[in-house]
Amino acid sequence: MRFERRDHPSRALTLLAPVGAILVALLVAGGLIALAGANPLRAYGLILKGAFGSRLGISETLTRATPLILTGLAAAVAFRARLWNIGGEGQLYMGALAVAGFGMIPALVALPAPVAILLCLAVGAVAGMVLLLVPLGLRLKFGVDEVVTTLLLNFVAVLFVSLMIEGPMKDPLAFGWPQSVPVPDSAVLPQLMARTRLHLGLLIAVAAAVFTWWLQSRTVFGMRARAAGLNPRAAAFAGVPLGRTLIAVACLSGGMAGLAGAIEVMGVKGYVTTDLSPSYGYSGIIIAMLANLNPIGVIGAALFSAVMFVGADSMSRALSIPSYIADVTVALSLLTMLVAIFLTQYRIRR
Amino acid sequence: MSVLFDILSSVGMWEAVLRIATPLIFGTLGVLLCERVGVLNLGIEGIMTFGAMVGWLSVYNGADLWTGMLVAAAAGAMFGLLHALMTVPLGLSQHVTGLGITLFASSFSYYLFRLAVPTSSSPPTVEPFRPLAVPVLSDIPFVGPVLFTQTPPTYLALVLVALLAWGLYRTPLGLALRMTGENPHAVDAQGIDPVRLRIVTIMAGSALMAMGGAFLTLAAFNSFFPTMVQGRGWICVALVVFASWKPGRALLGALLFAFFDAFQLRLQTVVDGVPYQLFLMLPYLLSILALILMARRARVPQALMQPYRRGER
Repeated sequence: MRFERRDHPSRALTLLAPVGAILVALLVAGGLIALAGANPLRAYGLILKGAFGSRLGISETLTRATPLILTGLAAAVAFRARLWNIGGEGQLYMGALAVAGFGMIPALVALPAPVAILLCLAVGAVAGMVLLLVPLGLRLKFGVDEVVTTLLLNFVAVLFVSLMIEGPMKDPLAFGWPQSVPVPDSAVLPQLMARTRLHLGLLIAVAAAVFTWWLQSRTVFGMRARAAGLNPRAAAFAGVPLGRTLIAVACLSGGMAGLAGAIEVMGVKGYVTTDLSPSYGYSGIIIAMLANLNPIGVIGAALFSAVMFVGADSMSRALSIPSYIADVTVALSLLTMLVAIFLTQYRIRR
Repeated sequence: MSVLFDILSSVGMWEAVLRIATPLIFGTLGVLLCERVGVLNLGIEGIMTFGAMVGWLSVYNGADLWTGMLVAAAAGAMFGLLHALMTVPLGLSQHVTGLGITLFASSFSYYLFRLAVPTSSSPPTVEPFRPLAVPVLSDIPFVGPVLFTQTPPTYLALVLVALLAWGLYRTPLGLALRMTGENPHAVDAQGIDPVRLRIVTIMAGSALMAMGGAFLTLAAFNSFFPTMVQGRGWICVALVVFASWKPGRALLGALLFAFFDAFQLRLQTVVDGVPYQLFLMLPYLLSILALILMARRARVPQALMQPYRRGER
């Protein structure tokens, strides 16, 4: 058996890859559900019902998808340029913390809401950028591989958040719970649906995806970033400024992750805790791969993950299947997607 | 100053260094093996988690401690096989495959753990490995209790370091292994199949990683809980760079690292006014520092992250 590269991967096959990958992942996870003594079809039915069956379910799914779109974009733009940003989780926390810290400035309360919101979003994005520029700097200056450094910085970031919310940023009115002071009312994102948690952040995330798509497919920067990822040496030879391109990519990637944290604080939680993110940053990596690094595809992949997470919560209550099954399924779909992408690019020959 | 002296002169401190180093030694040797044949294995964090869970679960269900270690090793080898099949014959991205394995293996561990132990406000414990005093040697003052009253897996880890150092540099298999990480084409030309060698080595390395994880539940914490591995796997990946891919130096790195960890734990209790989070950050920051110091100096295996396809350059 050997593999032979296809000259032109067919478009239909490329579009079908994620569908096939998700189906195989669901099949394997179904086996695990059966192992727990439940009917997999019934479990999947309950997951869909939990995610779409009610107004509340739909709003929760979309609320959950919001940060996932942004962390998915963070991974997608970075991976495309072969910048291995695995630090989305830490960047998200820094974005969230920065917004809460910025919100402590008294003058902010007096600002009109649109101005306060825009300022806070910018602050969150910048904080995320900074946390990614450090490992990128280490790579450019000392040749340190950014995979491990971004991973390690995730732990440092969460510990830093813990330090701040138990220290200078602690909410004195929280009955001793370690949580930050709340963001001012002027910076709270308006709701999209009455009596739900769905907020303006969803539209911001979708706009970010469209913006990223435009940037990547219609600008010189997008072309340079792609070239830097495909073949850095050839790109440098063709005149692409590698360092500057990577810095711009890092700003975009870290910025998206920071924005995810900012939006989560301003739209859903209102304050920062160390369990703000159920590993949105790591899920972003899966989402980016499921989307084949396509920014518009990220929206769909984020929705798939959100459906699994929200649906599994209600399914696990009904069938007493651990809700970790959602994480298992989503992680499995990353592995199956890698193989599916391979099959779109290669033919198997005997 | 006398506080520092008290900490550094206590037997407990030095005995803890070796204990804390043990899972790191297993993990670092595992990463080292994989990378010596040219494959980055970022599955380590998840494989350690799974090893910790499955080792604990076996013992919890009545198996003896060594069976638990063995089950963990076998499970680790299976994840290694998955990683190897995806990265070696298929040549998929080693970064993304490894992360995928980590995410899958850790969520799978939590799922199985929850199935086996549905409700647990305080995680159930098992009877762990007891320290085993080596006769005569453990009577040496200071050195005796530090080196020779450890748990059996710690001795095993130290033996493995020596075995690996000898095997890699003094045996034909070791030569083939190192060559596979430097130039798989040359290995192929010698009539050895680099693909098969890579697959088997990754399985062995992943088994070691899982044993490191099992040490956490079977000798250190006595119970399993989610997120217990706490980035130890990633630290091992950093330590291998620090060690320049040499087993002896890997041991040194793990010990140095464990020294700082044991030291900060004790320092925390005597220093007032410094937030404990700063101490907890130290291991991660030290790992980054180690990477900065060694990144340009270390001799990277030349074929690391290069998929091998016969007849393709």
